[in-house]
Amino acid sequence: MTSLPPFVLFFVGALVVAFTKGTVRKAVVLAVPLIGLVMLWLGAGADVAASGAQEYLTLDLLGNTLSPFRADKLSLLFGYLFHIAAFLGFIYALHLGDGTPDGSVAADVGEDDIIGNSRAGLQHVSAMLYAGSALGAVFAGDFITLFVFWELLAITSVFLIWARDSKRSYATGFRYLIIHVVSGVLLLSGALMLAHQTGSVAFNDVGLDGNGAAGWILLISFGIKAGFPLAHNWITEAYPESTPTGTVFLSAFTTKVAVYALARGFAGAEPLIFIGTAMTFFPIFFAVLENDLRRVLGYSMINQIGFMVAGIGIGTAMAVNGAVAHAFADVIFKGLLFMAMGAVMTMTGRTKGTDLGGLYKTMPITATLCMVGAAAISAFPLFSAFVTKSMIMVAAIEEHHYIVWLFMLFASAGVLEHAGIKIPFFSFFAHDSGIRTKEPPKNMLVAMSIGAVLCVLIGAFPSTFYTLLPFEMDYHPYDLRHVTTQLQLLAFGALGFVTLVKSGVYPDEKRAVHVDAEVLYRKLGPWVVRTVGDAVLRVDAYVRASVMEVVRGALGAVDRAHGQMGPLARSWPAGSMVLWVALLLAAYLIFYL
Amino acid sequence: MSHDQHGHHEVKEPIGWMDKPEKIRTFFVVFYVICGALFAAEFLLLGAENAHPHPLEERMRFLVYPVYGFLSFWFLVLLARPMRKLLIRSEDYYEGGGRYVEGDSSEGGHD
Repeated sequence: MTSLPPFVLFFVGALVVAFTKGTVRKAVVLAVPLIGLVMLWLGAGADVAASGAQEYLTLDLLGNTLSPFRADKLSLLFGYLFHIAAFLGFIYALHLGDGTPDGSVAADVGEDDIIGNSRAGLQHVSAMLYAGSALGAVFAGDFITLFVFWELLAITSVFLIWARDSKRSYATGFRYLIIHVVSGVLLLSGALMLAHQTGSVAFNDVGLDGNGAAGWILLISFGIKAGFPLAHNWITEAYPESTPTGTVFLSAFTTKVAVYALARGFAGAEPLIFIGTAMTFFPIFFAVLENDLRRVLGYSMINQIGFMVAGIGIGTAMAVNGAVAHAFADVIFKGLLFMAMGAVMTMTGRTKGTDLGGLYKTMPITATLCMVGAAAISAFPLFSAFVTKSMIMVAAIEEHHYIVWLFMLFASAGVLEHAGIKIPFFSFFAHDSGIRTKEPPKNMLVAMSIGAVLCVLIGAFPSTFYTLLPFEMDYHPYDLRHVTTQLQLLAFGALGFVTLVKSGVYPDEKRAVHVDAEVLYRKLGPWVVRTVGDAVLRVDAYVRASVMEVVRGALGAVDRAHGQMGPLARSWPAGSMVLWVALLLAAYLIFYL
Repeated sequence: MSHDQHGHHEVKEPIGWMDKPEKIRTFFVVFYVICGALFAAEFLLLGAENAHPHPLEERMRFLVYPVYGFLSFWFLVLLARPMRKLLIRSEDYYEGGGRYVEGDSSEGGHD
């Protein structure tokens, strides 16, 4: 059983889920990730701990060796993570199909805000296949297998967006699909170019030196899925448009598969330091302005991935450990925040800052759990990001990337602003919106509670967690100075927030959107196509008209010459012809004789 | 407990701690005390050990974190405000809408 690739269990599980209902389906969706986790831990996990990296299965395809199940400490960390994320996600989504008022909303809520729970089967099957695809990708030992699961990730997850069943979600889903298919095509192109150069399709360290365009194409492919700048808007578009439960799954897998791929293929690639730093920096400005709180979390996701990407770019053992550890922590705390916002959306039908506020009165448990997630992402001591993000920061300063470190420190304060304060403050506190609801279904609370406990466990007992990381290292996050300085950063950041709000400088939430890079393909692209199309049509019409005019003129001339009244159509008497011949003969005789 | 036609539940009007001014005052007093204590800690912990010492961090450390944290928030917001003027559009901008008109769809927000 150890040689069974982890994705197989999920794909079989999806088949079973598709043909079952009620309690059986619930049992299956919970059992699959749990059984899978135990099998992975006792099988590949034990093997890798005992004898290092393992390749369990190899296949031959047209002379290329495929390796659908390769396990080492890096892939195992993500393997464990995806099982846990799937388990939490399925607990959270367990009520689907029960007729619980998923999106029971006020009368004035627009059509796009209404979330049906009628597509329970679709969402469960899609999520199961999606989780399986993520597992397939992180255990892929070759580029061909990686490409297959890379595309499956997109195809299986898009149904979690379409399950929202609104006009906007359909359009968003199509854009999401196109962007990810492009990423897959780039992956295959880069992989084939690399295979042509090296003679192997094995997925190991790629790097940017000595591989020509292949390395860059692969980096861009991974970067699209990771939300690199200018390719980041699929995250901020898709997450808010999915269902409350769908977004929890979406936030767990795709971007983290990309982080894994970057860690595997491009650790130490210097451009990643600057790309990652930019990712930590620019989204926090949009997050301040954004009204849709799930979109705020989308920007927050890019910001957190920025830390991971920068860590991978720094490339030391400490930095890569920090990056993958932060990916692990991020899935849990970001999942918890998305769950909290999903619970709010489920119970009120709203996720916009302008519509919410005061929910702590009727959803106190959800509010508390949300604040645990907020504390975790803000890196408060005893919470997860404190022991993961700090590894990347320490690595940056150890490698003399001082400017990068300063940007990261600023971005850390920005995280506190949008995820640590804005999310819980505008949804559960701030002004009382007048919405009176109740706590979400119990399964949602259970999933959030487990997520919250994990945030604290990772933060409070990091040494156990560190043993799962791919490289040996000596790092102690808890010393008096680190704890004090981090608390100073956070407390005085919060003081900044208080002074900004009290002085009226903090910007109001507004029912509006803020233009981001997506304008390039949602507005500018269509405008260019329309304008160029119009110009082509105008030129076409002009050319056609001109040609027709010439043709008509020529036909007129011919008609004038050969028409019934034309000179060439007239009948000539034989006498005049004889006269002309006689004249020509006379002229000839005069000139030549 | 009963349900109306939109699935809402009739509940007793709840009173939260934020409805009580004295609780809010206490909250802010505690918060300011914590800030003061952390500021004072900077002086008391000058000799404390750092598990991962680095010369630059050591030089920069004194009062850098509280000042940096505070100023970061102000810098973030002061830069975001003009950004909003440049980037804000109506909610239906991508569905054919145009520029954002103040008061047309704004709900005031939180302050």
